[in-house]
Amino acid sequence: MLNISLGSVDIPLKSVFNSLWSQDAEKETWNYIILNYRLPKAITAILVGCGLSISGLLMQTLFRNPLAGPYVLGISSGASLGVAMLILGSSILGGSFSGLAQSQFLISLSASVGSFLVLFAVMIVSKQVKNTMSILIIGLMFSSLTSAVISVLAYFSSAENLQQYMFWGFGSLGNLTWTELLIFFSIFVLASLLILPVIKPLNSLLLGENYAKSIGINIKRTKNLILIATSLFTGVITAFAGPIAFIGLAAPHMTKLILNTSNHKLLLPASALLGANIMLISDTIAQMPNSEYTLPINAITTMFGAPIVIWLLVRKKKMVL
Amino acid sequence: MHEMNEHIVLKTKNLSIGYPAKKGDRIVADHINVELQKGKLTCLIGKNGVGKSTLLRTLSKMQPRLKGDIELENKNIDDFTRNQLAKKISLVLTERIPTSNLTVFELIALGRQPYTNWIGKLNDEDIRQIQLAIEQSHLEDLVNQRCDELSDGQLQRAMICRALAQNTDIIILDEPTAHLDIQHKIETFKLLSNIAQHLNRSILISSHEVQLATQMASQLWLMTNQKMIIGEPRSLIESNEINLLFDSSSISFDKESNQFNIK
Repeated sequence: MLNISLGSVDIPLKSVFNSLWSQDAEKETWNYIILNYRLPKAITAILVGCGLSISGLLMQTLFRNPLAGPYVLGISSGASLGVAMLILGSSILGGSFSGLAQSQFLISLSASVGSFLVLFAVMIVSKQVKNTMSILIIGLMFSSLTSAVISVLAYFSSAENLQQYMFWGFGSLGNLTWTELLIFFSIFVLASLLILPVIKPLNSLLLGENYAKSIGINIKRTKNLILIATSLFTGVITAFAGPIAFIGLAAPHMTKLILNTSNHKLLLPASALLGANIMLISDTIAQMPNSEYTLPINAITTMFGAPIVIWLLVRKKKMVL
Repeated sequence: MHEMNEHIVLKTKNLSIGYPAKKGDRIVADHINVELQKGKLTCLIGKNGVGKSTLLRTLSKMQPRLKGDIELENKNIDDFTRNQLAKKISLVLTERIPTSNLTVFELIALGRQPYTNWIGKLNDEDIRQIQLAIEQSHLEDLVNQRCDELSDGQLQRAMICRALAQNTDIIILDEPTAHLDIQHKIETFKLLSNIAQHLNRSILISSHEVQLATQMASQLWLMTNQKMIIGEPRSLIESNEINLLFDSSSISFDKESNQFNIK
């Protein structure tokens, strides 16, 4: 499955000819495009898809709520707020910061901090409020709140910065240099390492926190690890690719419905794989074969994935953890 | 004296249970001195709201105690890590488990988590313990079913089986018969008393099934707002202390028929 899709990014457009023509006179330019544009983009798509679906799965199990996901709980919005503060805030504070705002590293840092803060707030609230429905509503409130703050920031900032922020908000997998990709990849690996020790506790969390405790799980440590890993994933992805909706919620569910299991040893890699595939396919569609335009990736993931989830749910008739 | 102590696996000394609060702790019950013995089914009875669940949660260290000590195998319970504790005490709670794709086998296998490695891989010993637990709780036909396809009675049996697979000396169950019909109530009690006797475990359950408790349990803990009365079922009935379960004098426990009388 991965192979086909991997191909599908390169196959549909001129890239097919590219590889075919690699001995041709034009190969220098084609090679350049593939190496410096297409390949980083494909890798970005894979990382984004993997990271978002893993985050979604972690959230769903941690909150024991099938509706949880980085976007629904307002964590993506938190990351957006972090970025907005940086890009838009810099223009308010004066020109000296505008240079800083360009740095991808700072953007990803502020996005991570933003998502961490929102996730942390959601966790604190969820301790007070046991009802999972309320937690989701609170998550929605948090995202409204952050967008409100962003609008205020936007009102006061320069048109140039606003445009930069808007483009970032559409979501884009391209425009990453190899250096940026390296930063992205290292944070990604770090977050992945953090979730290795929670695979076993995740399975016991399927019984609820009290049962998990009774079979010897350190709940606090598990929660903290999940919290940090999710905010790292969501933060870095939102920073580099913009707020991408839907994958975090949908990919884990599609995996659960297809595989019919709740074992995280299987679910984690499978949803990561599926998420990566959805991203790759969405990106291929977003390219709009044979045209010069590129659609916003955000619109495509939703248009592509939502019907699939609806169809799966109608067929299986229920949503489970 | 020492001989007797070996049968006691869990013991409390002047235990106070309740909920800590900023303006003074809310004490549910205090001066609790109880002992759990090996190979015995102990039944905790008492009115709604008297603190049975709080006591069970405190004994299993799911919630902190206010005062006093709990000794597990003659050691302070605080000296055990979560994981060590999970090898000594297993729990069956009243809360419903969230819907998931878990199969019965996977559910039971979760009982092996205190023993498995970091990723939760089951070794031969784990599989053997799981098979044993499945046999003892007669779940052979259900192992491949999904948990959300089970009836309440079957799910309760699966949860007990999971506690068995955890292979602990102490099994604590909070109202294991709450949602079951009379046949399943009796079967659950029978299963638990069998486990206690034949596998030499100490089992502590809370229950409102006073009649069944007096017949099946070897020890009763009768919890009232004032004190905890401990004794064999027969002696509590003979001394009329079992009538402390009822506020009104119009209900009483009949010694001969082992039944409630309503005047």
